[in-house]
Amino acid sequence: MAATTSDAGTRRDFLYVASGAIGAVGVAGIAWPFIDQMNPSSAALAAGTTEIDISAIQPGQQIVYKFRGHPLFVRRRTPAEIAESKAVPVASLPDPLARNANLPDSAPADDASRATKPEWLILIGVCTHLGCTPTVSTPAIPEGDYGGWLCHCHGSQYDVAGRIRKGPAPQNLAVPVYSFLSDTRIKVG
Amino acid sequence: MSGPSTYTPKSGIEKWIDQRLPLPRLMHDTMQTFPTPRNLNIWYTFGGILTFCLAIQIVTGVVLAMHYVANAGLAFDSVESIMRDVNYGWLIRYMHANGASMFFLAVYIHMFRGLYYGSYKAPRELIWIIGVLIYLLMMATAFFGYVLPWGQMSFWGATVITNLFSAIPVIGTHIATWLWGDFAVGDATLNRFFSLHYLLPFIIAAVVGLHIWALHVPGNNNPLGIDVKTPQDTVPFHPYYTVKDAFYLVLFVILFAVFVFYAPNFFGNPDNYQPANPLVTPPDIVPEWYLLPFYAMLRSIPNKLMGVIVMGGAIVTLVFIPWLDTSRVRSCSFRPMMKQFFWAFAVVCVLLGYCGSQPVDAAIAGVPLVWVARLATLYYFGFFWLIMPIIGLIETPKKLPASIAQSVLGASAAPAE
Repeated sequence: MAATTSDAGTRRDFLYVASGAIGAVGVAGIAWPFIDQMNPSSAALAAGTTEIDISAIQPGQQIVYKFRGHPLFVRRRTPAEIAESKAVPVASLPDPLARNANLPDSAPADDASRATKPEWLILIGVCTHLGCTPTVSTPAIPEGDYGGWLCHCHGSQYDVAGRIRKGPAPQNLAVPVYSFLSDTRIKVG
Repeated sequence: MSGPSTYTPKSGIEKWIDQRLPLPRLMHDTMQTFPTPRNLNIWYTFGGILTFCLAIQIVTGVVLAMHYVANAGLAFDSVESIMRDVNYGWLIRYMHANGASMFFLAVYIHMFRGLYYGSYKAPRELIWIIGVLIYLLMMATAFFGYVLPWGQMSFWGATVITNLFSAIPVIGTHIATWLWGDFAVGDATLNRFFSLHYLLPFIIAAVVGLHIWALHVPGNNNPLGIDVKTPQDTVPFHPYYTVKDAFYLVLFVILFAVFVFYAPNFFGNPDNYQPANPLVTPPDIVPEWYLLPFYAMLRSIPNKLMGVIVMGGAIVTLVFIPWLDTSRVRSCSFRPMMKQFFWAFAVVCVLLGYCGSQPVDAAIAGVPLVWVARLATLYYFGFFWLIMPIIGLIETPKKLPASIAQSVLGASAAPAE
């Protein structure tokens, strides 16, 4: 019995700590696959790109396409809308950043940074508040006070450059990566 | 579960079982002889009604799962097939859908009863906290279930609720993507929600077991809010409260049946009979009625993160009630000031629900509802964090009766047998 009173630790103490430590590492290791299985699979990640023919869109009109499961807004803006958007001082915007995937993160939310070709505004149609699809404003049926979009879920209002102007949404509508293949064809993604 | 057991096995078989697995003894002590205050009123029957609701949801749900297909392309049609083709499928689905509303109706009455009679106060804090946990699990289960028919409200409700997590700084969008299993709500989301919707009711059943276990340690609170002092203050659970619970359960089931048979879509939203369309959000997204007050809070805050924090805080606040109430008296029957604030709180909750049910830019008599909701939200939090602690200190409660027996039986209650 004398041997077990030593402070140096017994074989049982060693086995207790060692098996506990190995057990903890094992549980942590096996937990990750069970967490990561919830993330998008490689099939979902390979959503790829979408090519769109925009020749039929008239000035003042918006057409909604589907891109990676989300609505994609393609809006052909009128000269009056472009002028209205350019007149807005960036400093007055709730979100002063362009949120344009084609530009650096620090790009300001001026009109030119929102739409590289001023006539064509291309946006992910997902309200940055809680993910609803905002409704487009037209002169006949205005939606919100800024001529752009109104999200009916919680009342966020966007202007003609898709910038948040009023309501709970924290960011401007996102501009996806896109490029013009020709004057009438764009590639998104 | 508390106190010495009075169970005596009557037959050889009962004795044999009792020595190996004392389950009959447990049933006897908790559901038969359990000493229960003799003054429990109608509002105390909702615990039993809630257990019934959970059972109904599990039984009908297991049956529905035999016919339902958790696939974004097939889910809507499979629900319609349950309604049209499956024998009595319409009945079972309407029981399940309306059963959820009945469940929440009962749980709200149960919670307000606990709030009014101070049932959360020592030594019953854990019963209350476990109850809040059950409420949270119920909301999660109801949300997952509402997504399954894959109609427009299912889809967009799921989109809005999962996007709440994207308000969390830095990791928020990753959490949302992780919940979806895709870049948007889709097939992967529907499958996992079905899995969780099937799982959670059994978790709830287990937590209900803890709730009842915790209840059986101190025993029931009662409308007077005073402790049981002598055996004269109590009656055995059976037959007194088994009968009382059964009677009010029958009345409750009649109400349930009225909805199932005469107004099965009363609580539903017509938009959910349209298949989910990821490109078009319905003009007015409204959650189920039982979530409307929290939805009104979310909408009334013009900042995304703050809105989510306020909405979550409204539920988290409930956990702290046992310590926010500083009064020594449990029951509002003896608290003249608190009683008024309590009823104002009940009205505010209904008002919040109304605000949540209206379009976002609605107004009442020229006052934008968003401001009504803001004031109501302020009162909701003020009630718990300011009024409750302060009133408990400054209020002079009415005189409490000497005992439950004396209150019920009057002067005829002799102090001893």
